Amino acid sequence: MTKQQIPELRAVEKYGADRSFLIPILHEVQEEYHFLPEHALRNIASVMNISLVDVYGVATFFTSFSLEPKGKHLVTLCMGTACHVRNSRGLADEVSRFLGISPGETTSDMLFSLETVNCLGACALGPIAVVDGRYHGQMTASKLERVLKKTAKDEGLEK
Amino acid sequence: MTRITSPAALEQFRQEAQAKRERFKMGVSVCGGTGCQAQECKDVFEAFRTAIHDGGLADTVELKLTGCHGFCEMGPLAVIHPAGIFYKRITPEDVPSIVEKSVLGDGVVEELLFENPLDGGKVAEEAAIPFYARQNRMVLGMNGKIDPQNIDDYIAQGGYAALAKALFEMEPEDIIDSVERAGLRGRGGAGFPTAMKWRSCRAAQSSDGTRYLLCNADEGDPGAYMDRSLLEGNPHAVLEGMVIGARAIGATEGYIYVRHEYPLAVENLLVALDQARLYGLLGNNILGSGLDFDVKVSVGGGAFVCGESTALMASIEGRIGEPRVKHVHTVEKGLFNKPTNLNNVETWANVPLILNEGADAYAATGTESSKGTKIFSLVGKIRNTGLVEVPMGITLKEIVYDIGGGMPEGKDFKAVQTGGPSGGCIPGSLLDTPVDFDRLVDVGSMMGSGGMIVMDEETCMVDIARYFLDFLSEESCGKCVPCREGLKQMLAIVSDIAEGEGTRDQLDLLLETAEVVRDTSLCGLGQTASNPVLSTIRYFEDEYIEHIEQRKCRAGVCRALITYTIDAELCNGCMRCLKACPSKAIAGEKKKSHSIDQQNCEKCGICFEVCEFNAVTRM
Repeated sequence: MTKQQIPELRAVEKYGADRSFLIPILHEVQEEYHFLPEHALRNIASVMNISLVDVYGVATFFTSFSLEPKGKHLVTLCMGTACHVRNSRGLADEVSRFLGISPGETTSDMLFSLETVNCLGACALGPIAVVDGRYHGQMTASKLERVLKKTAKDEGLEK
Repeated sequence: MTRITSPAALEQFRQEAQAKRERFKMGVSVCGGTGCQAQECKDVFEAFRTAIHDGGLADTVELKLTGCHGFCEMGPLAVIHPAGIFYKRITPEDVPSIVEKSVLGDGVVEELLFENPLDGGKVAEEAAIPFYARQNRMVLGMNGKIDPQNIDDYIAQGGYAALAKALFEMEPEDIIDSVERAGLRGRGGAGFPTAMKWRSCRAAQSSDGTRYLLCNADEGDPGAYMDRSLLEGNPHAVLEGMVIGARAIGATEGYIYVRHEYPLAVENLLVALDQARLYGLLGNNILGSGLDFDVKVSVGGGAFVCGESTALMASIEGRIGEPRVKHVHTVEKGLFNKPTNLNNVETWANVPLILNEGADAYAATGTESSKGTKIFSLVGKIRNTGLVEVPMGITLKEIVYDIGGGMPEGKDFKAVQTGGPSGGCIPGSLLDTPVDFDRLVDVGSMMGSGGMIVMDEETCMVDIARYFLDFLSEESCGKCVPCREGLKQMLAIVSDIAEGEGTRDQLDLLLETAEVVRDTSLCGLGQTASNPVLSTIRYFEDEYIEHIEQRKCRAGVCRALITYTIDAELCNGCMRCLKACPSKAIAGEKKKSHSIDQQNCEKCGICFEVCEFNAVTRM
């Protein structure tokens, strides 16, 4: 494989090996793999000349990075204060039950990952769910279940 | 496009840009903020484009996808200029009739107008809608008028004129004096005097002359999104403020640190930076003045603590976002150990205004110690939700009732939360408190970055304290013991109380721990983390005591303390709740009243939500 075919090497080449680009590089690598695999972290440490423990430290400190593989479809629930007072926690419980996983987990068929975030900044529409980058406002458990059922159906699966 | 190399050339360009816009007789501004995008405003925009094109109106009607207009709940929304007719909740199918009535004719489409909830009357003009009428949109106003991806729009509105003034008519000290006379205080939350910070940074020694200038767009407070809307809707105002700051402070390089949760803000910022460079308003020899200054965008990794100055700088350097003790201030040794000046997005956006209007005119708005306006995100249990910009000194009551329209569904007001996880809950008895940095601290809260979350009788104050403690103990970076361990212990106590397992002694221990965490934590996160607990105990102690002594949650929120039952008189046996119950805890037959098996009930409340006959009760 050439340098261009390996996402992490390509990212380091694009930004430069300066440590201040570590976070954008990790973002870019995660875009490619949908998570940060160990070999990518090792490659980054080696070409950027930073110790692996420092790369690992940054990759685990920030919540937007994941060292675990993610499912094909990402469901993100906003847990901001405005969403909280409109019962986002109840929504999270019901979606967890529906998918059979807790926030932070991925279904065994690798179809869905469920995540919660602190605030998406679309507070007027709370509670908010984002499915594959698309915002859904004023969500209820039954509305979100319909979205998820449709997503599963489009994949040829029943949920 | 060639570079603009003098103030005269900028003025000439502005006149040309304005003339180009004036040949349009009318304008349609469709809101393209994140809130409206979540409601498919882009389809509405495309429908307008088609209707305008098909009607042969492309030369007379200027169509724009603008930044956030603020009234997110009414989205997708559009305003027809020059009449200023405001249309809400538009679908693509509505567009042809809007064009026919309000663009081709002088009429309105009644059913898409805002309806005053008080008297049911229709309001056509944006400026007359109560939500907007009481606001003073000095900073946010341009959002509705410009296409954020087109610098010409910003310049046509007088953009970058303040920069020309700063570069050619003012010495750096004059600029700082102006900002001081205007009384500008940091809009990020703590309200530190901006001019004082600038002056210290300018005076700080730098071995090679490097000084950094940062913009804090790591809007971490849950419930606040004004910085997002400013960056998305008017990125050049922030940039112009930063270049003026660079001239005043003698900075050479700038960074804007943005949350990765804000992709549209990043996109619009990058476009704005490219356009400003192309026009010679950023980069080398800005406007032919000899000033060199450029700005990079740094996208964060999702950590609340990175809103703290030293943690933010560590993150830009590519390290984990842990704060450090500030024996040496960041204005002396900050980013890469160089003098660094950090201001919030909204603070930067206020700077061009001060130079344009003059410091004294700017300072005419506000109170003795807080000048200008503040943008709040008015959200939660309130009728009119969205972004509001109000003059300092307005009371909380005016914001909640006159602008926000009060509580929906006739519920009773309980509290308003400001200042995010560092702030507190202010009760109804203090609603006459004016919006002012110092007065909000006096009542146990703070201005914060501008989240204003309204809570009604169905919000439990113990649960709110638990929510913020849960948030903060997750987000504590773990470097210092009081914050890392103290918050965990406080969360354990409040969780016990919320679950009906608390004791009176624990309440005393909670207060004691809260004080230790406040007094001994390393950074602002820990030092203010006790505020939600302290303020809820101060104003709502009776709710804590009810949870402890009567095992009762009057708001019906704490699951361990509530039960759902079905009123046999009201239940007509429609089977809706029975089908909806995920725990299969409801028994019954069609047209016969149902009942809930308390052993299996998980208290999710779905039956309560779906029942159309109010037969499910929550105790």
